[in-house]
Amino acid sequence: MTVAGLLGRAVPGLAGVLFLIGWEGLVRLYAVPAYVLPGPLAIWAALIDDWPILFGSMLETLKIALLALLAAVTLGGLLAVLFAQSRLLERALFPYAVVLQVTPIVAIAPLILIWVDDVTLSLLICAWIVAFFPVLSNTVLGLNSADRNLAELFRLYGATRWQALWLLRLPAALPFFLAGLRVAGGLALIGAVVAEFVAGAGGTGSGLAWRILEAGFQLKIPRMFAALALISACGIAIFAALGLLQHLLLRRWHESAMRVEG
Amino acid sequence: MTPPAGRYPEEPSPACGGGLGGGGSADPHPGPPPRAGEGEALVTLRGVGKRFASGTEALSGIDLSIGTGEFVSLLGPSGCGKSTLLRLVAGLAEPSGGRVEWMAGARPRIGFVFQDATLMPWASALDNVRLPLRLAALPRAEQQALAAAALADVGLAGFERAYPRELSGGMRMRVSLARALVTRPELLLMDEPFAALDELTRNRLNDDLLALWSARGGATTVVFVTHSVFESVYLSSRILVMSARPGRIAEELAIAAPAPRPPGFRTSAGYAAMCRAASEALERAMAGPARQALDRAMADRS
Repeated sequence: MTVAGLLGRAVPGLAGVLFLIGWEGLVRLYAVPAYVLPGPLAIWAALIDDWPILFGSMLETLKIALLALLAAVTLGGLLAVLFAQSRLLERALFPYAVVLQVTPIVAIAPLILIWVDDVTLSLLICAWIVAFFPVLSNTVLGLNSADRNLAELFRLYGATRWQALWLLRLPAALPFFLAGLRVAGGLALIGAVVAEFVAGAGGTGSGLAWRILEAGFQLKIPRMFAALALISACGIAIFAALGLLQHLLLRRWHESAMRVEG
Repeated sequence: MTPPAGRYPEEPSPACGGGLGGGGSADPHPGPPPRAGEGEALVTLRGVGKRFASGTEALSGIDLSIGTGEFVSLLGPSGCGKSTLLRLVAGLAEPSGGRVEWMAGARPRIGFVFQDATLMPWASALDNVRLPLRLAALPRAEQQALAAAALADVGLAGFERAYPRELSGGMRMRVSLARALVTRPELLLMDEPFAALDELTRNRLNDDLLALWSARGGATTVVFVTHSVFESVYLSSRILVMSARPGRIAEELAIAAPAPRPPGFRTSAGYAAMCRAASEALERAMAGPARQALDRAMADRS
């Protein structure tokens, strides 16, 4: 790799390091108290000190987010396939999926917490509501985007509905589904954290959102930032993992995963 | 260059050349197209018309007979309904008037080649070619063997595992051709298949297509849609010249030259003469009712 290439790769990291140095410098220069704004070093120290608690909470939040994502993929995908089989069903149900999508989760979460006894399950439902729509709408779009001539070819050769779905429409929908999945991954985490906030405000919870609330009550601001950093790290990890999945599944055939050579 | 053994289309011709043609006589002048020999006609269209839901009349009064083993080109300007006619024959669309009749009473095995290669980008060349066999639920081993053989036939042995993305435009079209031929179709329908390719690739594919068709010994009938005069003359045993708005068959030309074409045919005087005849027929078709109406309108204005 050339020097320019290496530099190109390193730029985002360098910018981040410069930002952190500037932050630490300003906090020290103006002697900002830690309960207003801690510097990165203080946050790092809190992360190390409180690691056992924070790590457990992170696993809790990740569990909710990933299970919600799984449910979003399963139910969103199945619903999309159903919609693709019947325009009538799509027209009947799709508007309600949109209603579910545009209603703020913070507004519904308290209701769900009341209706569902199990806290974990209610968190899961909240996160799922946020995450499933991109999977549904993208997959529906993908299933309807199969090449028209290929669809005619399938008809010409007497393909059954099932064959057309399995051999044509699902593969054609894969890039769309994966793009939706990447969006859904981030949203599942956001849904999980928001739901935890609502639940945590009621005194129950053990996820990262609860740690942030708790640290806020106790004015342990560095720990608050440490929990926040962990949430970001989780989001980045989910996004990167889904990006890798996308690349692995599409690299042989889809334009989006191609590198220009030469 | 010596002229080919074939006759010029202007000459009266008792039958189509080479024993391959199923019928159709040379008639470069406008009029109702003659029918191919009724007994051996693979497919006969009687008074076929197609009007779209939008009200556009794409085809009108098509009477046409295609004999078993023929290589027929539909030649015409874009928008003359060539592709629509092909789709009606394929059964991908229904005529709004008239009938499509089949020799066997039902539609035979059909292969279809689109203008684009229309391959599944997520599947290897071999998987693309074996698609028709897979849809017909043949045993997997048989699918693989037949598809590999079809790929070898179009000169793509060794590319079984390549993805469409990794192949050139000409190679992709070859895969498409292999897919159309893998079922050993009785009727091969081709909708401007080589229009998007460069001339060299196109010429080579024309030669290979003729060779493949000849090798099938009259078992496969080809209907080839094109807007290229040169291509239609080079390939066909019979050319149907179409005019537009509404699409109808204006003229019919028999091309009497041996298939596959002898070396040097492309530069021969005979080929040039046949191209000229076809070109003039196309001019006449394009100067049909629409052009006359336009001329009248322009005259009225001045």
